[in-house]
Amino acid sequence: MTTAAAPRPVSSPKDYASDQEVRWCPGCGDYAILKAVQKTLADLGAARERTVFVSGIGCSSRFPYYVSTYGFHTIHGRAPAVATGIKLANPELDVWVITGDGDGLSIGGNHLLHALRRNVNLQIILFNNEIYGLTKGQYSPTSRRGTRSPSSPQGSVDNPVSPCAFALGAGARFVARAIDTQQPQLVEVLKRAYHHRGASFVEVFQNCVVYNDEVFADFTDKSVAPEMQLHVEHGKPLLFGKDRKRGLRLKPGTLELEAVTVGEGGVTEKDILVHDQTNRTLASLLVSLSPPAFPMVLGVIYCDPAPVYEDEIYAQMGTPVPGLQGADLNALLRQGQTWTVGG
Amino acid sequence: MSPTSTTAPRSPAADGRQVLESVVIRFAGDSGDGMQFAGLQFTLETALAGSDLATFPDYPAEIRAPAGTTYGVSSFQIHFGGTEIRTAGDQVDVLVAMNPAALKVNLQDLRPGGTVVVDVGAFTERNLAKAGFETNPLEDGTLARYQVLKLDISKLTLDAVERFGLGQKESLRCRNMWALGLMLWMYDRDRQATIDWLSKKFAKRPELAQANIAALNAGHAFGETAELGAIARFTVPPAPAEPGLYRTVSGTEALGWGLLAGAKAAGLDRIVFASYPITPASPLLHLLSGLKKYGVVTFQAEDEIAAVTAAIGASYAGALGVTSSSGPGIALKTEALGLAVMAELPLVVINSQRAGPSTGMPTKTDQADLFQAVYGRNADTPLPVLAAATPADCFEVAIEAVRLATKYMTPVILLSDGYLANAAEPWLIPDVETLPRFPVRFRTEVDGFHPYQRDPETLARPWAVPGTPGLEHRIGGIEKDYDTGHISYDPENHHRMTKARAAKIAGIANDIPLQRVSIGEDRGRMAVVGWGSTYGPIRQAVEQVRRQGYAVSQIHLRYLNPFPRNLGELLRRFEQILVPEMNNGQLVQMLRSAYLVPAEGLNRITGKPFKVAEIVEAIKERLGSR
Ligand code: SF4
Repeated sequence: MTTAAAPRPVSSPKDYASDQEVRWCPGCGDYAILKAVQKTLADLGAARERTVFVSGIGCSSRFPYYVSTYGFHTIHGRAPAVATGIKLANPELDVWVITGDGDGLSIGGNHLLHALRRNVNLQIILFNNEIYGLTKGQYSPTSRRGTRSPSSPQGSVDNPVSPCAFALGAGARFVARAIDTQQPQLVEVLKRAYHHRGASFVEVFQNCVVYNDEVFADFTDKSVAPEMQLHVEHGKPLLFGKDRKRGLRLKPGTLELEAVTVGEGGVTEKDILVHDQTNRTLASLLVSLSPPAFPMVLGVIYCDPAPVYEDEIYAQMGTPVPGLQGADLNALLRQGQTWTVGG
Repeated sequence: MSPTSTTAPRSPAADGRQVLESVVIRFAGDSGDGMQFAGLQFTLETALAGSDLATFPDYPAEIRAPAGTTYGVSSFQIHFGGTEIRTAGDQVDVLVAMNPAALKVNLQDLRPGGTVVVDVGAFTERNLAKAGFETNPLEDGTLARYQVLKLDISKLTLDAVERFGLGQKESLRCRNMWALGLMLWMYDRDRQATIDWLSKKFAKRPELAQANIAALNAGHAFGETAELGAIARFTVPPAPAEPGLYRTVSGTEALGWGLLAGAKAAGLDRIVFASYPITPASPLLHLLSGLKKYGVVTFQAEDEIAAVTAAIGASYAGALGVTSSSGPGIALKTEALGLAVMAELPLVVINSQRAGPSTGMPTKTDQADLFQAVYGRNADTPLPVLAAATPADCFEVAIEAVRLATKYMTPVILLSDGYLANAAEPWLIPDVETLPRFPVRFRTEVDGFHPYQRDPETLARPWAVPGTPGLEHRIGGIEKDYDTGHISYDPENHHRMTKARAAKIAGIANDIPLQRVSIGEDRGRMAVVGWGSTYGPIRQAVEQVRRQGYAVSQIHLRYLNPFPRNLGELLRRFEQILVPEMNNGQLVQMLRSAYLVPAEGLNRITGKPFKVAEIVEAIKERLGSR
């Protein structure tokens, strides 16, 4: 047997593909996300041996099997907690959490909330397809009211949760959105998430061709995309539309956003809000917009780094970081009152 | 008279004190009266005097129950003596009752002829009514069978601390120290450790430190000067003990330190201890949270499930993952334990059992989670289960749990209970550096690696930790192929993997000591078989009947899954098998089903430890004449 191998140089997305046959339904949006993640890792030159993908249960959670890094397919909803444990044991690892709308916001909502508010240095990618795929098509916590499914034949009456609003509410310091098939934008967002220290939350709109096909067509379909998507950039005006004449401004005298057209009704480019990724209030307003009245806001909506959980935990342990092998346990056991029985 | 509280005088000591073999004292008062502090300090002074001892703190579920009520009574019992002390004592020799409610709740445990010390200052009409007394028990003959010391501890304390200018309320808070001072004088104990402790505890408020010390000294001086007569002047000789350095240790401390010693022996640098607050397991979280500088990471998780899954994540990443809870919390961790079994990762799971089901009686002890530990998961999901017998034993059992978890790549459940967590006993401090080591071997060789490649001897899979180049692999809860470690839904493979997981755990029987008899012969008329914290009462009961000529032996199990491989054969050498348990019959059923032996249960589910007398009686009932 040879001993420890040197890290292999990697450069192409293929190097991040495992030898396992990918088993999502043909046409599933998960394929596109997998490709985008592999490209991201290649562009970043991520060290495979230091990279870990952790997932829960659901279609999206099969993801780790298809990446040639370390991977842990855990149990339903618990990936953020498992990932927290991994980071607590070894903060040097790059840990990605792959979750879905049911996994991350229903059974695992609590763990997602706490991983975000603690600000554990993780990349959390939530594949939102607004449906339970693996269990054959029941409505999910992000399904819109009225969704017909095997468990809601007359249409669901539950109000949906907005993943990004949830993340902001939980205190996330990085919140972004992307679409499965928009690879350049998705890769860009994933790179930003990677470079952000702390919990990065990325919602990816993922099309489930089998149980919820085209549920996002109202803003992803090519015919409406320019008018119904707003790709934000820090420091740039919030403009969208084919000729970028449409924009968002604060409705005068209110705390609401309004979609307006530059050049109409006296609106000038100066009225259009400029995106500030460090402004939590603006982020909250942006994530609450939805078609058809508004475009879907995409890109890095909020990014404002704060102290990282595991950094602070380790700082409390002391410098250099102490370890058990060097610990004087005999001294520990002899602290406090002791007495000697003579022999 | 109770066999555990031998108060018969032996000989007068040099200074005229009566020498007692052993004594049981119970401090009882309102939960705000500081009875636990008084008890702990008495314990420390007694330990320093060289007595053997066992303690039993008993406190209400309510944090601050309305003052003066019976359900707000908190007590601390200590049994100490010049011989081996195994239990906190069946019956109380001296009851210190700080108010009527404390008297009402605890009087039933005082032995006839025992001493009761009461603070008459607290026996006001209001307090009597709150305790539900219609007439004053100090006057109506209730205490006729006892020796009563009626002292106005409230007033005596107020007088003693007057000069410190505290308010009435803060002054009365010193009553516990006055009572402690008197008891220390009665039993010929020193006060210095308590004075040191008070100075430290109230370092920021020196006037409180001084007032408490003054109360302590006043209680002591009162004993010295008042004519209390023969009922109040005793000494208890030191117990014979192996030479060496000693301290008192609670189950919680021994458990926490044992985890550190175990992880160190395994060659690991890091423990990640993840836990969610729950009675009575939280003290372990508190203890370990204070030990960060030794390399312990503690994680107060958002819930029980996050606690166990974070611990699993930590083990996956190469640390020792540990999680701790009590029964209801362990129930929540169940699914994740299945993952740890499937992913074959080391994990230590500690259950400080309490009376249940559901919320049950959170502050009361129990040992009813044995079935849960051994069987309580979906599917065929075996894992090793160990139990600690005494507070000090928690240290060794914790080390053993770490050894099995890391050697066999498996979660291990360690059963403790509310009694062990809080109880304390003297402990010959081990030398950690000379404890046996069992270093883990992280896999680094790339050639031929797959994540489920089993060690031919232990059947454990390799521990291949993220960060290791060339060993990138994927694991999870889905069934894996025996030969490649990839996902597999093959029917025969699932059969084979299920058998392999079972064989791995069953094989641990070859790696643990043969079951020995704790006391007595390895055959005879009866074996009294126990596990967990019933060790003390069973031991004392068996010792007692053996002195009376009964051919009875004690067998106490540390390993509950798998059982030691000679257990069946050992049990069959006894005509009768009696299994006392603080549950409705769990080990007894496991023994019957595993070995087809006629084991019989003795079951008490009171939230309190067994009384020695209960076990003695059960033994005699079954054996009749010697
Ligand atoms: S069910 Fe839907 S989400 Fe799941 S793999 Fe198929 S298409 Fe993708």
